[in-house]
Amino acid sequence: METLFSVTVGVLTACSVFLILRGRSFPVVVGITMLSYAVNLFLFSTGRLTIDGAPILGTNTEYADPLPQALVLTAIVIGFAMTAYSVILAVRTRGEIGTDEVNEQDSGESSR
Amino acid sequence: MNLFYIVFAPMIGALIPLLLRRTSRPVKTIATIAIPISCILVAWPLAQQTLAGDIPTAIQQWLPNIDFDLAFRLDGLSLLFVSLILGIGVLIVLYAHYYLSSKDNDSRFYACLLLFMSSMLGIVTADNVLLMWAFWELTSISSFLLIGYWYHQSDARRGARMALATTGAGGLALLAGLLIIGHIAGSYQLDAIFAAKDAIQAHSLYIPALILVLLGAFTKSAQFPFQFWLPHAMAAPTPVSAYLHSATMVKAGIFLLARMHPALAGTEFWFITVTLIGLITMLVGAYFALLKHDLKGLLAFSTVSHLGLICMLLGIGSQAAVIAALFHVINHACFKAGLFMTAGIIDHEAGTRDMRKLQGLLKFMPITATLAMIVTASMAGVPPFNGFMSKELFLDQALNQHLFGGLSWFVPVLATVGAALSVAYSIRFIHDVFFNGGYKELPKQPHDPPKMMALPVLILSLMCIIIGLLPMLTVSGILNQAVSSVVLDNITVKLALWHGFNLPLLMSAVAIVGGIVIYSQRDQLFTFNRQFEGQDAKHNFERIVQSICDSANKLFTYIDTGSLQRYMALVLISVIVLVIPQLFEIVTLEGSREQLPVDFVSIVGASVLMVAGFATAVLHRHRFIMLMMLSVVGLVVSISFAHFSAPDLAMTQLVVEVVSIILMVLALFFMPQKTARASTGHRVFRDILIASLIGGIVATLNYGILTSDFETISDFFIANAKTGGGGTNVVNLILVDFRGFDTLGEITVLAIAAAGIHKLLNKLKPFMPSSDIDGRPWHRIKHPLMLTNVANLILPMAMVVAVYIFLRGHNLPGGGFIAGLIAASAMILQYIANGVDWVKERFNVNYQSLMSFGVMIAALTGVGSWFFDRPFLTSWFTYLKWPLVGKFEFATALLFDLGVFLTVIGATMMILSNFGKMTTRHRPRQEGN
Repeated sequence: METLFSVTVGVLTACSVFLILRGRSFPVVVGITMLSYAVNLFLFSTGRLTIDGAPILGTNTEYADPLPQALVLTAIVIGFAMTAYSVILAVRTRGEIGTDEVNEQDSGESSR
Repeated sequence: MNLFYIVFAPMIGALIPLLLRRTSRPVKTIATIAIPISCILVAWPLAQQTLAGDIPTAIQQWLPNIDFDLAFRLDGLSLLFVSLILGIGVLIVLYAHYYLSSKDNDSRFYACLLLFMSSMLGIVTADNVLLMWAFWELTSISSFLLIGYWYHQSDARRGARMALATTGAGGLALLAGLLIIGHIAGSYQLDAIFAAKDAIQAHSLYIPALILVLLGAFTKSAQFPFQFWLPHAMAAPTPVSAYLHSATMVKAGIFLLARMHPALAGTEFWFITVTLIGLITMLVGAYFALLKHDLKGLLAFSTVSHLGLICMLLGIGSQAAVIAALFHVINHACFKAGLFMTAGIIDHEAGTRDMRKLQGLLKFMPITATLAMIVTASMAGVPPFNGFMSKELFLDQALNQHLFGGLSWFVPVLATVGAALSVAYSIRFIHDVFFNGGYKELPKQPHDPPKMMALPVLILSLMCIIIGLLPMLTVSGILNQAVSSVVLDNITVKLALWHGFNLPLLMSAVAIVGGIVIYSQRDQLFTFNRQFEGQDAKHNFERIVQSICDSANKLFTYIDTGSLQRYMALVLISVIVLVIPQLFEIVTLEGSREQLPVDFVSIVGASVLMVAGFATAVLHRHRFIMLMMLSVVGLVVSISFAHFSAPDLAMTQLVVEVVSIILMVLALFFMPQKTARASTGHRVFRDILIASLIGGIVATLNYGILTSDFETISDFFIANAKTGGGGTNVVNLILVDFRGFDTLGEITVLAIAAAGIHKLLNKLKPFMPSSDIDGRPWHRIKHPLMLTNVANLILPMAMVVAVYIFLRGHNLPGGGFIAGLIAASAMILQYIANGVDWVKERFNVNYQSLMSFGVMIAALTGVGSWFFDRPFLTSWFTYLKWPLVGKFEFATALLFDLGVFLTVIGATMMILSNFGKMTTRHRPRQEGN
C-alpha cells in the first residue's frame, strides 16, 4: 500500500510540475492547485497510513496521527485561498494586458 | 546610565537643529553646541573614575540570544577619544557657525554633525564588538551625508559615494572579522575577547580574521592602498574635513587597531603587515602632500601620512610605541584640526585655496598667519610644540625596532625621509601662502576673519604650545590610562620636551634641513611628477565601479529574462541538482515499519487518480476538460483521506473541491478556453524530464517516510483531548484548542487573501467573450427553472446540515472550517441558480463585515481568557442540561470555532460573489438575441 501511495503522489507531482511549466496562466494555476493536492497528501502521510483509525476518541483502539491531519485541514483551506488569488490574478492580467501568456512579451523566450 | 547619555544625547539631539530650522542661526548654534557641552559635563565625573584607574561601564540587555547587548565602557582609550570627539566637536560647531554661508542649510549640517558625533562616541565607548561595528557603519553613513552636504556639486556627490563605497566595503569585512573573532572567543564582549587572546592567535582562522579586521581599519583610516578616498572627501565643507577627516573619523581605524591590540597584536603577521603598510602610507602620503596645489589637498595627504605614522607605531606594538602612537593621536588632532580651520579661513576670506594663486597674505591676515605658523610648526615637528615630541618618540621607536632582522636599518632611514617630506610640505603651506613675494589679485580682498571664527584655531594652537611645554601636566594622566588599556598593564608615562643629545634628535635635525632642501628644489619635483599626471584615483575608481555594474547588469539580463517558464525551470532544476546527491547518500530507503496490504479498492482509486492526473496534464489545451479531470483528482483525493482514517480532511477536501472548481469554471469564462499547440518538441521533452525527475524525488521521499518508524508527539493530544479540551474529535481539538493560535493566524491569512482578491477585482475590465468557444451565442435563459427550484430546496437543508456539522465538530468529524464551506457552497448555488441581483434583494449581507466579524470573535475569545488570568486562548468547558436535547457540552472553543465558521463563509463568499458579479456587469450580447 505504501508503494502505491507514494507512486500516486509522485505521479500527481510530476503532472502538476509539467503544468506549472506551461506558458499560459490557466494551466499554471491548475498545476498549482493539483500540486497543492499532492503536497497535502504528502504532508498527511507523514503521520503514516492507518486504516480504520479515525482520531475520534472512543471509536477505535488505535488512532491515526491527528497532528498532520489538523495541519493539512488548514492547508486545504489556505490552498483554496491561494488558488483563488492566483486565478483572479490571471484573469486580471488578461484583462489588463490582453493575453494570458506568462512570459514577458519582449523577452527572448519565443516558445510557449 | 551616564554613558548612555554621552552616546545617545547627540543622536537624539540631532533632531533639535531640525526642529529649530525656522529660527536664526545663533539660536541653532547655541542649541547644538549645548549638546556636546552637556556630554562633557556628564562625562567629567566618569572621567575622574577612569583617571583613577577604574573602568565605568553601563549595560542594557538587547539581544541576549546572540550576545548583543548595549554595553558601553569608558576605559583610558575610550576616554582619550571621547575627549577629542567632544572637545574638538565643540570647536567645530563654533567654527561652522561662521563658515557656512547664509544660503547653506545649517539645520541639516548640524543634525548630521551631531549624528556623526554620536556614532563616533558609540565606536569608542562600545564594550561589545558587534555594537562597535554598528556605530562604525553609522559613521560611514553620516560621513557620506556630510561629504555630500553640497549635493549640487558633482565633486561632492562623487567624493561622498567613493568614501561610502570604500569605508562601507571595509565595514563589511570588519563585521566578518569580528564575527570570526567572537566565534573563537565565545563572546562579543571586549574583556572576554581579550582573555581569549591565546585561543584566537592559535586558531587556524586567526590570519583570515586579522586580514578582515585590518581591511576595516585600513579603509577607514585611508591606509595604502585605500588612501585614495580621503583627498576626494575634501569636497566636504571645511568644518567637516577638520572634524571627520583629520581629527576623528579617520582615526576610527587607528582606534580599532588599538582596541583589538590586546587580542590580535603580537604575532609576526601583525608586526610585518601593520608596520609595512603604515610605513608605505606615511611615505606615499607625504610625497603627494608636497605635490598638491590645493591647501586642503595638501592637508588631506598629510593626514594620510600621519595616520600611516600612527599605524606603523601600533604595528611595532611595544609599550613605548603605543605611548608614541596615542600621544601622536592627540597631537595630530590638535594641529590638523587647526590647520584645516586655517585653510578654511583662507578660502573663506581670500576666495581660493590654490597655492599657485595665493601669496603674500601675511600683510592682510597677520593673526591667521601667526596661528597657522604655530600649528604648522607642530605638524613639521619643530620644538617646542607638541608635534616635535611625538615625532621624536616615533623616530626613537623606528630606531629601536628589530622586526626585519638585518634589514631593520631601512625603517629609521625611511622614517627620516618621511619626516623631511613632512617638513617640506609644512614650509610650503606657510611660505607659499603668507610670503613668497607680494600680494597678487585674488577673488576677494583678503582680511582676518571675525574673532570668534579664529577662536577655535587659537585654542588649538595654544593646546599645541601647552602640551609641548608641559606634557606631564596636561596629557600624561589620560595617556597613562589609555596606554594601560591597550597593553593591559599599569603604565606610567614619562614625557619630556628635552631628551638630551641623542640619535632621534639628530634625525629630527636632518629631517628639518632635508625638508628645507626639498622645498627649495620643489620645482624640479613638480616637473618630474608632471609625466605621471592623468592618473587620477577618481577616474580609476569610477572605472572599477562601472565595470562591476556592467558585469552585474550582464548577469542580470542573463537571469532576468521576464520568462516565468524559465524561472520555474531554473528553480526546479536546482531542486533536482541539490536533492539527488543527497538521495544517493541514503543506503537503504525502505524502513522497518510494517506495511499495509494492498486491497482492490485502493488499486482502483490510485489508478483513477493517476489517470485523471495524467489527463489533466495532457489535455491542458482543452481547458474545460482539464478542469473536469482536475475535479476527479480532487474527489479521489478526498476519498483517499476518508480511506486512510481522516474523515475531517475528506469532508474539507470535498467541499473545497466543489468551491474551487466553480471558481475556476467562472474564471474560464474570462479566459481563452482552448489554445493552439504552442510548445516546441524540445521544450515539451525538457519539461517532461524535469517533471518526471521531481515526481520521482517526491515519490522516493514519500516512500522513505512511509516505511520508516516514527515517534509522534500526538499522544499528548490524544491523552488530553477529553480531559483538557472536553471533546473527542482530536483533529478539531487541535485546531480550536491546542493549537488555536495557529488557527487564528490561518483564518487571518484567509481573510487577507479575500481582501486582496477584492482589491484585485476593483476596476477590473475582464476580457469577456460574447459567445461560447464554438461561436454559439449564450442562451437566453440565464437561470434554468430546474436548477432554481432544486437550489431553493437545498438551501435550508444545507444550512441545517452546516449547523449540525458545526455543533458536532468537537466530538465527531466536522467543525467551523467544514461547516463554513458547506454553508458557503449552498449560498453559491443560489448565486448560480438565481443570479447576483436576486440574491442581493433577499439576502443583503456585507461579506467583508462578516469575515472581519469572524476574525474578531476568534480573537476576542482568546482575549477573554485574560480576564480569568489565563494565557491567551485558554479554553474552558462545561456540560449543560438542555431541555429536549439533553446533556450538552459547552466550550469556549466552540465560540472560537464560530469565529472560524464566519470567517470561512465571509471569505469564500466574498471571493466568489465579487467575482461572479463580473459576469453580470456590461455583459455583451450578440446581435439578434
